[in-house]
Amino acid sequence: MSKKNPQGEVWIFAEQEDGQLKDVALELCGKARELASALGVKVGAILPGHKVADLAKTLFAYGVDKVYLIDDPNLARFASCPYARVFETLIEKYAPQIVLYGATPVGRDLAPRIASATRSGMTADCTDLQIGDVVDPKTNETYANLLHQIRPAFGGNIVATIINPEQWPQMATAREGVFPKKDPEEGRTGELIEENVEIPAELLVVETIERFVESKKVDLKGARIVVAGGAGVGSKENFQLVFDLAEALGGAVGASRAAVDCGWIDRDYQVGQTGTTVRPALYVAVGISGAVQHRVGMQDSAKIIAINNDPDAPIFSIAHYSIVGDLNVVVPLLIKAVKERVVLD
Amino acid sequence: MSSYRSIVLVKQVPDTSNVSGNAMKEDGTVNRAALPTIFNPEDLSALEAALEIKDRFGGTVTVVSMGPPKAADVLRDCLYRGADRAILVSDRRAGGSDTLATSYILSQAVKTIGEFDFVFCGRQAIDGDTAQTGPQTAEKLGIPQICYLTEIIDVKDGFATLRRSLGNGWEIVRAKLPLLATVVEEANEPRPQAAIKMMRNKHKRVPLEVADPAALAPEDRLEQWSMDDINADLNRCGFAGSPTKVHKIRSIVLKKEGSVQVEPTEEGIRGLVSELVKDRALG
Repeated sequence: MSKKNPQGEVWIFAEQEDGQLKDVALELCGKARELASALGVKVGAILPGHKVADLAKTLFAYGVDKVYLIDDPNLARFASCPYARVFETLIEKYAPQIVLYGATPVGRDLAPRIASATRSGMTADCTDLQIGDVVDPKTNETYANLLHQIRPAFGGNIVATIINPEQWPQMATAREGVFPKKDPEEGRTGELIEENVEIPAELLVVETIERFVESKKVDLKGARIVVAGGAGVGSKENFQLVFDLAEALGGAVGASRAAVDCGWIDRDYQVGQTGTTVRPALYVAVGISGAVQHRVGMQDSAKIIAINNDPDAPIFSIAHYSIVGDLNVVVPLLIKAVKERVVLD
Repeated sequence: MSSYRSIVLVKQVPDTSNVSGNAMKEDGTVNRAALPTIFNPEDLSALEAALEIKDRFGGTVTVVSMGPPKAADVLRDCLYRGADRAILVSDRRAGGSDTLATSYILSQAVKTIGEFDFVFCGRQAIDGDTAQTGPQTAEKLGIPQICYLTEIIDVKDGFATLRRSLGNGWEIVRAKLPLLATVVEEANEPRPQAAIKMMRNKHKRVPLEVADPAALAPEDRLEQWSMDDINADLNRCGFAGSPTKVHKIRSIVLKKEGSVQVEPTEEGIRGLVSELVKDRALG
């Protein structure tokens, strides 16, 4: 178990694939910078890979003070056991107080293995992270500067704050888009620390034989307008309405988890806590009731239009424009009005 | 035919698609008693993967669940679908376990079963979606983890060739046994319950489910293990063994003010579009 070290750094996992840093890693840099400033400590990035030293410059520009580079041919591609060994070794050596990971398929594979080995607490899919003091109600003991790991909790309109008072490092994952990417500061420098971590042969027992990766088909995060459909859409066929409206508006298509779970649309389109977080200029929620898990992924949109036949749907509480009605009537009307683009005076 | 010993970790979960009012207790944990329960969907896929290994290559399938006595429902379900052996790990001292404590308890149960070739579990449970328990259990067992399994290609000479999802693609890996695989729903179509197996197993109960455990006939008895039976260190179980604590729960108050009501009529919607264009929300 690693020591509780209040002077410890705030670390992020600098996840890269084929020499490209993941967007979520850069988003975490900004959040880590903020947490580290509140704590008065430095931001470290753990960069495992092979021939990826160039990426350090980018990490510095996004707010990292120290890049720990672990260059090893065995780390060229992600593999759970070797990558976990790297983190376990460095956590033991440097005792960071916080370690953040992107909640990507890789991050969600790796982070829990590290949490288990270091016996530290971890919270998945946080929608906010803050630093704050906590008084234990039973002992009256004050825990200064704990990481508040905030996420919607099971059971409706509830947000839980999870803490990890004793068993550090405090670890959390966050999905892509949850924390906005800060502007890079070109020319900002930092310290590059090269680390050697021995990877024993018994950790190299999973061999990749064949691999197929396709570039991302869906770019929800970058879209100026998002039209998202939910359970109220009713069927896969009817989801065409959502696509038609998105096309008319020149926007991207999104979906609630309910629609994804029903098999009407691919998981890549999911907006929300366990999908993508979006902040478009305009978000149109079609037949989405608006559970908190969905709202956290779109509530920062500049303008929200909600279409739902249930006047009590929670989505209306955050909508700027509420249309209570049958989406099968409303959406075609909306498409027509948008195509005609009549500006009334 | 060779023979592979598979262990499947399954969980009974609240049906999150049917959540009612008092779902949370004051301490921030889930009030499971207030909710209908189901077999965690991806755990059914994990069971199917183990049954597929048994069908194709020979072997045994043992299922383990940790939970209250009622969780024996999912174990019976596993027997109806073809599992050979089912064990419920149930103990009040395991209550309040977070994923780290849960993975410790499950790993102790697996070690108590003995030697194995595969551990299968669902990628994640729908009541928390953390996807942490699988990798944590693999670490505690000191074996590799193959996350997001979608296809069992071959098993031969102590190695498994498996396809797994990468989110933006897939890869085929060759891994040395034993290993733990987390299975995604796309991997397979879980087989239905078999009537004859249901007839044979439907009377089975764990001792905690019945008023008089002594009266339970041996052939009707489902295995039930306590923390002592799996040699668990109690400092690593339940609340004591859980580093994460719920600090506070905040209910979100929904307010309706500030929202413009738009009539679902042609006129109302034209007005809306017009306003959006003026506001430059629409280009």
